[in-house]
Amino acid sequence: MAEHEGKGGDGGEVPAPRPDWLPDGCEMLADGEYDAIVMGTGLKEAIMSGLLSTLGMKVLHVDRNNYYGGECASLNLTNLYNKFRPGQPPAPELGHPTRDYNVDLIPKFLMANGNLVKMLLMTKVTRYLEFKTVDGSYVVKGGKINKVPATPDEALRTSLMGIFEKRRFRNFLQYLAGYDEQQPDTFKGRDLRRMTMLQLYEDFGLDENTQSFTGHAMALQRDDTYLHKPALETIKSIQLYVRSLERYGKSPYIYPMYGLGGLPEGFSRLCAIHGGTFMLQCPVEEVLFDDSGVAWGIKATMDGVPQVAKATMLIGDPSYFPSRMVKPTGMVARSICIMDHPFNGTNDAESTQIIIPGRQVNRHNDIYVCMVSFSHCVASPGKYVAIASTTVETSDPLAELAPAFELLGPVMERFDDVSNTLTPVEDGTADRCFISESYDATSHFETTAADVQSLYERVTGQKMDLSIDPEVEQEEG
Amino acid sequence: MSSGRVCHFKLVLLGDTAVGKSCLVVRFVRDEFFEYQEPTIGAAFLTQKVQLDDATVKFEIWDTAGQERYRSLAPMYYRGAAAAIVVYDVTNKESFNGAKSWVKELQRRGDPNVIIALAGNKADLEHRRQVQSEEARLYAEDNGLIHMETSAKSAQNVKSIFVEIAQKLPKATVQPEREAFPIMRPRTEQKSGCC
Ligand SMILES: Cc1cc2nc3c(=O)[nH]c(=O)nc-3n(C[C@H](O)[C@H](O)[C@H](O)COP(=O)(O)OP(=O)(O)OC[C@H]3O[C@@H](n4cnc5c(N)ncnc54)[C@H](O)[C@@H]3O)c2cc1C
Ligand SMILES: Nc1nc2c(ncn2[C@@H]2O[C@H](COP(=O)(O)OP(=O)(O)OP(=O)(O)O)[C@@H](O)[C@H]2O)c(=O)[nH]1
Ligand SMILES: [Mg+2]
Repeated sequence: MAEHEGKGGDGGEVPAPRPDWLPDGCEMLADGEYDAIVMGTGLKEAIMSGLLSTLGMKVLHVDRNNYYGGECASLNLTNLYNKFRPGQPPAPELGHPTRDYNVDLIPKFLMANGNLVKMLLMTKVTRYLEFKTVDGSYVVKGGKINKVPATPDEALRTSLMGIFEKRRFRNFLQYLAGYDEQQPDTFKGRDLRRMTMLQLYEDFGLDENTQSFTGHAMALQRDDTYLHKPALETIKSIQLYVRSLERYGKSPYIYPMYGLGGLPEGFSRLCAIHGGTFMLQCPVEEVLFDDSGVAWGIKATMDGVPQVAKATMLIGDPSYFPSRMVKPTGMVARSICIMDHPFNGTNDAESTQIIIPGRQVNRHNDIYVCMVSFSHCVASPGKYVAIASTTVETSDPLAELAPAFELLGPVMERFDDVSNTLTPVEDGTADRCFISESYDATSHFETTAADVQSLYERVTGQKMDLSIDPEVEQEEG
Repeated sequence: MSSGRVCHFKLVLLGDTAVGKSCLVVRFVRDEFFEYQEPTIGAAFLTQKVQLDDATVKFEIWDTAGQERYRSLAPMYYRGAAAAIVVYDVTNKESFNGAKSWVKELQRRGDPNVIIALAGNKADLEHRRQVQSEEARLYAEDNGLIHMETSAKSAQNVKSIFVEIAQKLPKATVQPEREAFPIMRPRTEQKSGCC
């Protein structure tokens, strides 16, 4: 007689014949055989599993934690304290321990017309999320916070430059606004595919100061190598900044209500509605390789029973793979500060991005500060969460964030973190392990989106179609 | 005037697999029933209106989409949900135990004011009944839940359960003007320039 109707998990009525790939003494993990197994529910992995399931692949998505997001989770106070101050209860004056806060472990903002937004639109994951603009985008000069001037008008009003430089910068912005790769009459005699960015700056007579904030705060370059490359790519980045700014007015950035954790959750829902299976709290202990070094599955022991699932490809963040498969690329220092006041000099903005250009403070790498607050529902009323981050250059990483702490003023609570950034040794085509890179110190998602595009291309052999134009009318969906 | 007011609410469906969550939604939204309903695939959420005397309630209905199989529902699913329907199958005792633990989960993770309805589905299969109405009624009463036995197949009580939820929802509280927005490409704005 039929037993219980399956509650899910243990298959159906008749036990399926034991597949020959299942090692002795092991049970099947979930349904056993998949096209792809994705490990870790960080943003990159969640985008990948969402996209692969929409291509019709059968996906198993596992995470060792009991929450979504991995390194990109947004934590409430209780979880934040568990992570940084185990055993210590959250300070009551901060707010409700589980309801009020959604603190990102990796702070970033979305460029309104950037590639992550295109991925959200293309997959329609945007339906699950609500956003608000970020109030302002600032850059530090001489210890003071200045709004990044991005329109010809702002260029004339900024105190970042002297009077003559302002005019030159305005001319540069006007040229950019008109420049269209498809229309040679907008080139005004300049061939941006051959001319370097430095040559273009010099052509407009822009000084190093202006070059620096244009390159770092608008084109989002992390070092100065772009100066000697063809100008076109940088010009496109600046146009992206300017158009994103025009989109919502206050800054080029937007940020989801309730924190960045909603992004991986949204993509995981996309995967689930296309039949993907999700398993949190799955203690993955081993990636299984065949004799020729090709990965074919994973093993996790639950309730004392070793369980194995098989797939033609494994995708995951570096923490799920043997250490020989990844190599360090550096370190990132991040410091999460909870404050009861906004930044001086930002008009009491409730969310801001501030870039401290490295050369302003005698460093190679820029320092980024992302600040969000109750207005995006990530902190209790009247509280602000500012996260400073930078790429580590010395043996005293937290001291490197000192210029950011100076801007912040007094803080109620501070949580520090220094972590290694890792990158895969191989591209995965040979061993079928497609590994994402660790998240970098940048305060935006453009590098994250680039890594996802690279993963997608390695996994499917095709370029991701991001032809969607965020500014063109969309059908009801 | 007031009957023109439209209030939006998010409603989530919870319950063990195959109890008929998707069938209930499809019956409510499209008034259809399929004997071979696919496990929830493809749909993000469906919307449907309920007309009350003094207002229109528009439900944005979130089906679980399989993340419930290993109890791995993302917090975004619960977030902002004003109402929930926890479904069990009257012909499956185990699914009733499942429903009880879903109610607990909802009380733990959901909004403290969430309105919960307990639906004993497949009530058309009287001859295979394993869960007695009385037992479920008492449980619902103890926990302050709306309770109805439904059938997605015969349409029994499907509309009623949504209407009863709609009536209980706090429509008086003026929903604040939200600054937050979903990202969408602009509709009306015309792209300047070529062609
Ligand atoms: C966003 C932003 C980024 C900037 N990035 C740079 C930069 O990368 N390089 C740069 O030279 N200036 C940079 N500056 C400008 C710099 O801080 C001075 O404001 C600018 O050089 C004008 O200096 P001054 O004529 O007042 O001369 P002074 O301040 O007296 O400077 C004298 C010399 O020191 C150099 N200098 C000043 N500040 C820096 C610095 N932070 N790093 C390295 N050299 C410095 C100047 O170039 C100059 O040669 C930046 C300013 C802003 C707002
Ligand atoms: N007789 C009868 N069958 C029903 C009723 N509702 C659903 N079913 C059947 O039950 C099965 C499962 O229904 P679904 O709506 O897919 O169940 P679900 O809860 O959405 O399942 P998952 O999406 O897998 O979690 C289908 O074969 C339906 O035809 C009902 O009221 N009466
Ligand atoms: Mg369903």
